[in-house]
Amino acid sequence: MVLVYMEVRDGKIKKSSLEALSEGKRRAAQLQTEAAAVLVGHGLSGLGPHLAAYGADKIYILENSLLSRYSPSGFAHGLATLARQASPTIIFFAATSQGRDLAPRLAARLGVSLASDCTATAVRDGRLEVVRPVFAGKALATLRIATTPQVVTLRPNVFPLLEGEAGEAKISVEEVVVPEDQTRDRVEEEVREEGAELDVTEAEIIVSGGRGLKGPENFDLLRDLARILPHSALGASRSAVDSGWIDHQHQVGQTGKTVSPTLYMAFGLSGAIQHLAGMSSSKFIVAVNKDPDAPIFKVADFGVVGDLFEVIPRMKEELKKVLAE
Amino acid sequence: MKVFVFIKRVPDTESKIRIDHEHNRIIEEGLNFVMSPYDEYAVEEALRIREAKGGMVTVFSVGPDEAQIILKKALAMGADEAILIKDETAETYDGLRTARIIAETIRKKYPDYDLLLFGKQAVGTDNAQVPTMVAEMLGLPQVNVVTKLELDGNRGTALREIEGASEKVSFPLPAVISAQKGLNEPRYETLKGIMTAKRKPIPVIALGDLGMTEEQLKPQLEMVRLDSPPPREAGKIIQADPADAARQLVEFLHDQAKVL
Repeated sequence: MVLVYMEVRDGKIKKSSLEALSEGKRRAAQLQTEAAAVLVGHGLSGLGPHLAAYGADKIYILENSLLSRYSPSGFAHGLATLARQASPTIIFFAATSQGRDLAPRLAARLGVSLASDCTATAVRDGRLEVVRPVFAGKALATLRIATTPQVVTLRPNVFPLLEGEAGEAKISVEEVVVPEDQTRDRVEEEVREEGAELDVTEAEIIVSGGRGLKGPENFDLLRDLARILPHSALGASRSAVDSGWIDHQHQVGQTGKTVSPTLYMAFGLSGAIQHLAGMSSSKFIVAVNKDPDAPIFKVADFGVVGDLFEVIPRMKEELKKVLAE
Repeated sequence: MKVFVFIKRVPDTESKIRIDHEHNRIIEEGLNFVMSPYDEYAVEEALRIREAKGGMVTVFSVGPDEAQIILKKALAMGADEAILIKDETAETYDGLRTARIIAETIRKKYPDYDLLLFGKQAVGTDNAQVPTMVAEMLGLPQVNVVTKLELDGNRGTALREIEGASEKVSFPLPAVISAQKGLNEPRYETLKGIMTAKRKPIPVIALGDLGMTEEQLKPQLEMVRLDSPPPREAGKIIQADPADAARQLVEFLHDQAKVL
């Protein structure tokens, strides 16, 4: 069995979890075994049925009111209990904040190794072979995991969704017992900033800025652009963050976030090595920069040598025209 | 308050990574090694806790003799003691193995502590596994990717960064915390600190002293290949008046990237 963890946020299953389930189904088919989805929490039974469309043959819903909010120990407890009963040979998570927090807890509890943030999986001789970027993408490691179950987290936005799979899934809802000492790290509350934007790791388009923006107020130009573009998030270079122009959660690069969006737009951003490492796996890269020798142009699919303050307003006009059509 | 901090020696983030394909390793020659950037936030946080509440800061690193340089740096920043857990094995990328070494060191040699601090991940392996695995092995609560930490008596409260928000977690000590950028601003070493650090001996723990089995020390991730990423093909670079440039750019987004 290939078991895939489904992360729920705001009452919905995350898209990156559905991507992981789709990849799980592809590997399960190769291994001639079943794909199972697992949800952990409280009051989740309504979420089960549509998972069959993404390839789930079986759906486990592990319920306990103590798990109404996330707790790495508590969730790992539920998953470990299931893993010991169902004996999956592979367990997938999406490499989200929660997946990267929970998977190591489960792996250590089961005494097995973990491959983090993988961008490809394959089956060779009945075992997984995975590719994971290391040094923020400056190198790619192809790994095999010697322990079973093979636990892997998968980078969001990389694996295609299976859709409209026919078939039905067997849903089993189980009340799990959670010992009290397993909820000591339970989340008390989620604190959201006013007008919180989409995170760079989950966005399909990233509108990113560097020192060329000249000051914090000019990030508003990029915010405006991001507002027009669908599923987009605001990114930034290390120097823009270190100058205090924008919060560090927007930072892309080796000391920020490694991202793989469909489109990465770099404005006034020269492209230091550590930045390029974090975004070079984007499907398309466009850049606007005054300096024709900026390293960002070496990775850009389309580059404009020019002044971003002149280009962006005209781009906005063009975009509005195209999007209105 | 007894705080332990775990730090790792890594190539600095400006490094170009070259690969030794015969051994599936990076070529270390010519690289500048530093304390992993996120670990600096962990060291700084430990020093601030000591300054506010008293106690002791002990810094550990698992690695070769050369890791003494980053331990010296931590001492120069103000840590009270630094310990090398000597491991000459080339990078295994296996977080479980490192976590076992750290957990055994704590259990067998340093069982008295209130807080274990780590960087949220080591740059390079980019695993973000070891803090959590150590927490699990020692039966402790964990809060990762922390941007704010407050301690009060035998409890702590932390803000943990997630996608577009933060999670607030309140937990009993001892606990494992991993640091994210934004937690604090790490200090520079002072000259006095550097001089003091020079004189401080760094005790060395050998892996053999930990009584671990060969099986526990064996990496469980097998490196099949280590490759450079495929180079990106050079794209189209234009120099045009802003209106024309903007039109062509949007055309690219529409026709090529197909995001509109």
